[in-house]
Amino acid sequence: MPGLWKPGSRASAGKGKSMPAHRADDDGERTRRFRDAALPCLDDVYTLARYLLRDADAAEDAVQECYLRALKHFDSYRGPAIKPWLFAILRNICHAEFARRMNSPTAIAEIAEAESQEAAPLWHEAQASPEAELLRRRDATTIQRLVSALAEPFREILVLREMQNLSYREISDIVGAPIGTVMSRLARARAMLRTAWMAEEEPHK
Amino acid sequence: MTCDEAEILLHALLDDELDAGHVREVEAHIATCQRCAAELNAYRDMRSAMATSDLHFTAPPQLRQRIEVAFPKAHTPNRRAVLKGFAMGSVLSALAATGLVVVVLRHEDEQRILSEVVSAHLRALQAGHLTDVLSTDQHTVKPWFNGRLDVAPPVVDLTAQGFTLIGGRLDHVNGRTIGAIVYRRRTHVINLFVAQTTNAESRMAKIETVQGFNIRHWSERGLTYWAVSDLNADELADFGSKVELAAGAS
Repeated sequence: MPGLWKPGSRASAGKGKSMPAHRADDDGERTRRFRDAALPCLDDVYTLARYLLRDADAAEDAVQECYLRALKHFDSYRGPAIKPWLFAILRNICHAEFARRMNSPTAIAEIAEAESQEAAPLWHEAQASPEAELLRRRDATTIQRLVSALAEPFREILVLREMQNLSYREISDIVGAPIGTVMSRLARARAMLRTAWMAEEEPHK
Repeated sequence: MTCDEAEILLHALLDDELDAGHVREVEAHIATCQRCAAELNAYRDMRSAMATSDLHFTAPPQLRQRIEVAFPKAHTPNRRAVLKGFAMGSVLSALAATGLVVVVLRHEDEQRILSEVVSAHLRALQAGHLTDVLSTDQHTVKPWFNGRLDVAPPVVDLTAQGFTLIGGRLDHVNGRTIGAIVYRRRTHVINLFVAQTTNAESRMAKIETVQGFNIRHWSERGLTYWAVSDLNADELADFGSKVELAAGAS
C-alpha cells in the first residue's frame, strides 16, 4: 500500500549525522553520555522486556544485557531517537532467548498458533450487533494479562504502539517488517485483544 | 473504499498515521457504513481504556543498580592522556599560525552548545520543570516572554499540523538565559530553544544527533533556533520547517 503515509514519517534519508568522533572522548565521558541518554528509558525498556518474555527474572537479565550491548555499540549509534534503538537491541536479545527455548513444546505450539492467526480472516467472529457492544472497563492487571496472552508478533506490535507510543515507521524499523505488515498485524492484534476482552466479561455476568 | 480496506485503515486513522486524502476516504466510508463506524468506536473505546490504565512495569531498583555497577568506572587522567594533551596543544599552535584554528574552535563551540541544549532538554524532562507558563494559546505564551528575555521569540500555533503547544519556559544555555517553547507530538516532547545571535546571517537548517536526541538548528533574522526531541529525525525536520514557515510569515 504505497503512498498511505504522511510524507513526514517516511524514509530515513537525510538523517542528521552524529557528532564526529574526532574528539577522542575517553571512556568515562562516553559512559556518562550514554547513561544520561539511555537510563531515562529504563522503565520503558523493562516494560517491553516484560511483555516480550512474560517473565520478570528473564526480563531483568535481558534488559541488563541490552544496556551493556548498547554501551558497547554507542559509538556506532547514529540516531534516530535512542528509545527505538534500545528496543531493537532488546528485541534481538529476546529473540535469542526464544531460540534457546525453541525446543519446548509450548514454543512450537505458539508459533503454529501465531501463523494460523496471521492467515485467518479478520472478521471470522463477527459480533451479532457490534453497535450494541460496549467495552467494560478492566483493571490494569487484567489488561496486562490479556495483552500478555496474545501470540508473540501481535503482542509485540501492540505494546510498541499502545504502551510505547511509537509511530508505524519506528515500529517497522524495529520489527524489520514493511509498514503494510505492521498495519495488518496491529489490526489483528487489536481484534484479538478485543475478543479476549469481551470474553473476559462473560464469567462475571 | 471497501470494508476490507477500511478494517485495516481505521486503525491508522485512530493512530493519526493517515495522510489527509486517506483520512477523507476512510471517513467517507464510515459515514455510510454502520458496521465500520461501530468498529471504529469500539477500537477507540479500547484504546482510551488502555491509555488511562497504567500498563507499564517499573524497573526494580536492583536492576538499575546492576546496570550502573556494570558501567566502566569514570576515566581518570593517566600519563598517556596528559602527553596526548601536550601533543594536541602543539598541533593547535601550529594550526593557529595558519588561521585554521578559528574554524576548528567554532566547530568545537557549536558541538558544546548542542550538548548544552540537549542537557537543558533532559533537565527539563527529568526535573519535571517543563514549563513556566502553561498554555496551549500562543497569545498567552508569547507575551509571557516580554520583559523576561532580550528577544521576543516567535510562538506559533501548530496544533492543526499535529504539534500541540504546551507552554514556555526560561532556560540557560551557554551561560545565557534563553527562551524555550514546548510542544508535544504524541508523547514526544519538543523543546524549541530560541536565542539572539551575534550576527544577522541566516544559516540553513541542520539536523544532528547528540546523545540519542535529534536536534534541528537554524538561524534566521538574528535568532538562532534549536528544536530538540527524542522524536524521529523526519518528523522533527517537518516540525522545524513548519516553525520556520510560520515564523517567517508572522
